[in-house]
Amino acid sequence: MVTDNKPSLVTINVDGVEHQVPAGANLVDALGKIGKEVPHYCYHPKLPVAGNCRMCLVELGSPMRDRATNEVVMENGKPKIGWQPKPAIACATNVSPGLHVRLESPGVKACREGVTEMLLLNHPLDCPICDQAGECKLQEFSAEYGRGYSRYLDEKNAKPKKTRLGPRVTLDDERCILCSRCVRFSSEIAKDPVLGFVNRGSFNTLTCFPGRELDNNYSLNTVDICPVGALTSTDFRFKMRVWFLKQTPSIDTESSAGANTTVWSREGKIYRVTPRRNDAVNDTWMADSGRELFKAVEAPNRVTAATVKQAPATLEAALVAAQQALAAGPLAIVGSAHMSVEEQRLLARLAQARNAVVYVPAHLGKGDGLLVSEDRTPNFRGALVTGLTDRAPVADLKALAADIDAGKVKSVLIVREDAVMLGLPASTLAKVRSVALATHHSVTTAAAEVVLPALTVFERSGTFINCQFRLQAFAQAVPARPARCPTASCSRDSPASTPRTSGPSSPPPCPRSPVSTARSSPPKASRSTAPPGRTTSSPKANC
Amino acid sequence: MAIKVVERRPLTLAERSYLPQILAGLKVTWDNMVRPPVTLQYPDERPAIPQNYRGVPTLVMDPNGREKCVSCQLCEFVCPPKAIRITPGEIAPDAPNAHVEKAPQEFEINMLRCIYCGLCQEVCPEEAIWLQSQYSMTGTNREMMVNNKARLYELGGTLPDGHHKWDKKKQEAERQAQEGH
Repeated sequence: MVTDNKPSLVTINVDGVEHQVPAGANLVDALGKIGKEVPHYCYHPKLPVAGNCRMCLVELGSPMRDRATNEVVMENGKPKIGWQPKPAIACATNVSPGLHVRLESPGVKACREGVTEMLLLNHPLDCPICDQAGECKLQEFSAEYGRGYSRYLDEKNAKPKKTRLGPRVTLDDERCILCSRCVRFSSEIAKDPVLGFVNRGSFNTLTCFPGRELDNNYSLNTVDICPVGALTSTDFRFKMRVWFLKQTPSIDTESSAGANTTVWSREGKIYRVTPRRNDAVNDTWMADSGRELFKAVEAPNRVTAATVKQAPATLEAALVAAQQALAAGPLAIVGSAHMSVEEQRLLARLAQARNAVVYVPAHLGKGDGLLVSEDRTPNFRGALVTGLTDRAPVADLKALAADIDAGKVKSVLIVREDAVMLGLPASTLAKVRSVALATHHSVTTAAAEVVLPALTVFERSGTFINCQFRLQAFAQAVPARPARCPTASCSRDSPASTPRTSGPSSPPPCPRSPVSTARSSPPKASRSTAPPGRTTSSPKANC
Repeated sequence: MAIKVVERRPLTLAERSYLPQILAGLKVTWDNMVRPPVTLQYPDERPAIPQNYRGVPTLVMDPNGREKCVSCQLCEFVCPPKAIRITPGEIAPDAPNAHVEKAPQEFEINMLRCIYCGLCQEVCPEEAIWLQSQYSMTGTNREMMVNNKARLYELGGTLPDGHHKWDKKKQEAERQAQEGH
């Protein structure tokens, strides 16, 4: 069924030029869509309108009508515009047909200059030590719309510089411009109203309610939406200036909600993960728990090199050993919903060729109704779509353990799962030949015969299918860290890689995990099989 | 072009005796013997360095012994040959300069890369990095040519501070606290 979802358009007049904008849209958003910036601090497209910063003041008008006849009054052949006597805030205005807006008039410029001057009266000269510098709205708008010098002779207000609001958020009170975005977010989006303003005038202060703290799983979104450096992430505080960081689009892997994220890295080190706006998935939010996942990249228990029977081995030797182990007899595969669609497709082809039983274990948790779903894997839908499995995820691997005990299975391939913790005892695993592909050491890697290093979501690119069955791509943010694997095994140009699939779907690109090289196959087709629209990182060494 | 033949003039007696030329040469020698020397016996003697000389970049302390750098990393950003590498850090809450909050954990300037352009000094919002009068940087290996934080402060020493921005801010906060703000 195809419906026409195009919103009806209305014509508004901005500084004398007519534009078509969606009817009923917020004026700030509508002007943003036609490339006109209305400076604002308190307005946020996903929060209720508060209208307290007054930065978005514009002059509004509409065609005058004769009261007796309701005819449009004409002047010199054009409709006569009745301008409102005082400026109005754009964020609390919805567009209507015939609306006239002045963004560049002397009155509007004076408004912006006045608001900027007022906000800067007590704002500290902290920019050299402020984490927000570089992405600070106050900094940007002061440069663009401010006076350029201060007329203020008194001393600035001194307020607490380092207040702990919660386990992950630190407040610098002096920098706060009282826009109330964080207050509105806590009450309206996180449904955990713990923030509020107390005292009046110069003493006006953001604080938590008595006996409470900002400890919900969405607290770091307040840091993201803070237009100045008042709310800072305790984890990211004083770590790196933002202008050094490279932004890579990625996907949150903590649950099947698949929140869109931006990974901020510099020279192969990730510093923070922030949400990326996608109105169909996560708006502009993400959970705090997903922002810490990048620490797994440099975790001390990373698998950095291949091992054969717990002895370090070169990747080539390990791949030969893996091939022999997998050829030992009837094969069972423990696949994962943490694999990308491309990797799952390859694993499904292997399972098909070897007639192997595939187990995709479930990882369940408590859903919070927002952006953390019960399914704590990013890509179980991908396992269904790629044909890796056609069943619901299995709760444990006891069935596989029984098959091994019964002698029906002679070799096991475990990809990105801790099989021992899932009910496949190490003693049982020891009865068969086993190959584990893992990012981190676990009891499974300690028990497996061959261990191959795998890459985290930040070191490879691919696609996930989230719980809405939405296909979402993630890009490689940092070069692959398991440094001891040779270039050929994790490079896109790998000669030993997947053949072109003959299926209806577009052929998957060569995944960066060595699973593809574990299979002997004809040389890969051209590199152009990578899905379009994927941003690739710098072509530095992959290993 | 036509060739013009010049007839060689026979030498005079004075020219044949060489004496005028020898005397003229000796005059130059004698003049230089009595003239004060224009060179320096480097490295025993060192030249006077003008105030605006752009020597080795250094980090300086203010007269109260506080390190002025707050690791804003603007010099790292602006440095054309990417010679500067800063690891920012937080100042411990019990330190005497805790009111500044931020200071470099490590600060390295690679003098093999530095081109002495002075942009770091120009961009520094805290007047913490100065190209001073040190002009001779030598080392026997590459590591010796990378100045770390301790070495940079040793080279920089203390410079007068006309602002005392952070100390004034701290005094103002204490004053307001006393008045019950």
